[in-house]
Amino acid sequence: MKRQQKLWQTGMHAILIAISVMCILPVILMAVSSITDEKTIYTKGYSFIPEKFSFEAYQFIWQDADRILHAYGITILITLIGTLSGLIITALLAYPLSRKDMPLNRFFSLFVFFTMLFNGGLVPTYLVYTQLFDLKNTLLALIVPALLMNAFYIMLMRTFFKTSIPDALIEAAKIDGAGEFFIFLRIVLPLSLPILATVALFQTINYWNDWFNGMVYVTDSKLYSLQNLLNRILLDIQFIANSNFGSQAELAADLPMESVRMALAVIGVLPILIAYPFFQKYFVKGLTIGAVKG
Amino acid sequence: MKQLTLMKRISRLKKYLPLFLMLVPGLAYLIINNYLPLFGLVIAFKDYNYSQGIFGSDWIGFKNFEYLFKTTDAYIITRNTILYNGVFILLNLMIGIGVAIFLNEIKNRFLSRFYQTVILMPYLISMVIVGYLVFAMFSLETGFINKTILPWLGISDISWYSEAKYWPYILTLVHIWKSAGYLCVIFLATIIGIDHEYYEAAKIDGATAWQQIWKITIPLLTPVVIIMTLLQIGRIFYSDFGLFYQVPLNAGALQSTTNVIDTYVYRSLMTLGDIGMSSAAGLYQSLVGCVLVFVSNYLVRRINKDNAMF
Repeated sequence: MKRQQKLWQTGMHAILIAISVMCILPVILMAVSSITDEKTIYTKGYSFIPEKFSFEAYQFIWQDADRILHAYGITILITLIGTLSGLIITALLAYPLSRKDMPLNRFFSLFVFFTMLFNGGLVPTYLVYTQLFDLKNTLLALIVPALLMNAFYIMLMRTFFKTSIPDALIEAAKIDGAGEFFIFLRIVLPLSLPILATVALFQTINYWNDWFNGMVYVTDSKLYSLQNLLNRILLDIQFIANSNFGSQAELAADLPMESVRMALAVIGVLPILIAYPFFQKYFVKGLTIGAVKG
Repeated sequence: MKQLTLMKRISRLKKYLPLFLMLVPGLAYLIINNYLPLFGLVIAFKDYNYSQGIFGSDWIGFKNFEYLFKTTDAYIITRNTILYNGVFILLNLMIGIGVAIFLNEIKNRFLSRFYQTVILMPYLISMVIVGYLVFAMFSLETGFINKTILPWLGISDISWYSEAKYWPYILTLVHIWKSAGYLCVIFLATIIGIDHEYYEAAKIDGATAWQQIWKITIPLLTPVVIIMTLLQIGRIFYSDFGLFYQVPLNAGALQSTTNVIDTYVYRSLMTLGDIGMSSAAGLYQSLVGCVLVFVSNYLVRRINKDNAMF
């Protein structure tokens, strides 16, 4: 019996190790390729165990770091502004909806909920933002469309407020003469840190990883976020050669293009992979509450 | 008497004024982001022209839809969208359940958590970066597969990015790699929530680990599985735009197998500037998509009221 159990455990570990390796291998290939000698890549291709290592790609990026740093700056800026303002308007909308005594509560809930069922799609949304609001090629175009708030997070937060904040507490505060804003700021929000953190985490990831808004609404390369810059470089193979990277003719001759490409991807994904183990617990919790009950 | 109720109403409104004020920014955003575009849907029935705007352009009835459904495009994008999503749902489900059960069997909690971390990791990587990873694997001149794997097998180079026939497999693989971890996490949370007494009792009766999985874990997991599947089926008309646009690097030669409704709408709008056609395709997607959401929700409701969206 004991031996059988041990065998079972070993088998399970073997399967899971195999799956884990498959999950992580492409990322390792990318990382190794970024520190592979350019000539080796040309002759042997991207590989896990290259013949010759070289940090040329990173040196190369470092020489012309402005572009990358600028894109990083845009990404950080939109992530901060978007997450913070999105969190504020989400909480402000979710709280009144969670109050049973609020007049027209059902109407407003339905108003929010309807947006989950039916949407206009890309074309009308694009026309509204570009024709009506003139958002094309502005920083707001990276922040506002689609990402700022969504009905799903409102529902999530409303459920939390409803179930975790006792009505009696709010009643008591009212009897003591506290106003609605005071109750919201001083009583409701401090008691709701877990849900606020969860939504903020998801918003941060959404903003950090977003490339869609940039692709649709931004053509000015000064406003490229990190993902948009990476996107352009990958889709347009000649982009590196033609851009600032290759402005000096002598450089253009032997650009470490293939390794630089992978080095850029490493730089793009690194922050999120480093932070991931620290926020994993909250991330998993957020995924499960979201799925089981919205 | 009437005056009294009016006064009452006003004082009630006054009392709730701060709450109404809180609603304003969020509702304003929903109006801009979600409700205004709904009015824009009328352009599917118009011959749109920028100078006349959404409401000034001439009505042309169902002409845009006629054009759309006369082309083979409509058939191809609908077929691709449904087939891909159908396969994704099925495979994700099987792999998600399998891996969740395996993870639950692991006694060592540290390692179990470690595996979970790694398996969920691809879910966090943006599609743009996934495009790079796939490129490193499949690039014609420098890809790992062409330069290392195929020579081992004695097969000559394959030009992956110009051969449409391989992409259904590649895209399915990439999708599973990226999102099976998500379903796995959800199923694992359900499995962990199963009462331990069932397993204790089974052990006393001499049930093997395998029997416990088939007779306890899977039956108790079934409701969540059905609900997750129905919710996904409700969204079968929408696809992951990034997967179908970024991962094949927007290559024209691959479009017969990589074009889905979402990429079609995007390309018609941004590349061809054909607003009529793309808005017709968009409305087609929204309408069918909405019907499917209602149907799937109706079914979820019949199984378990608590899990229904509405």
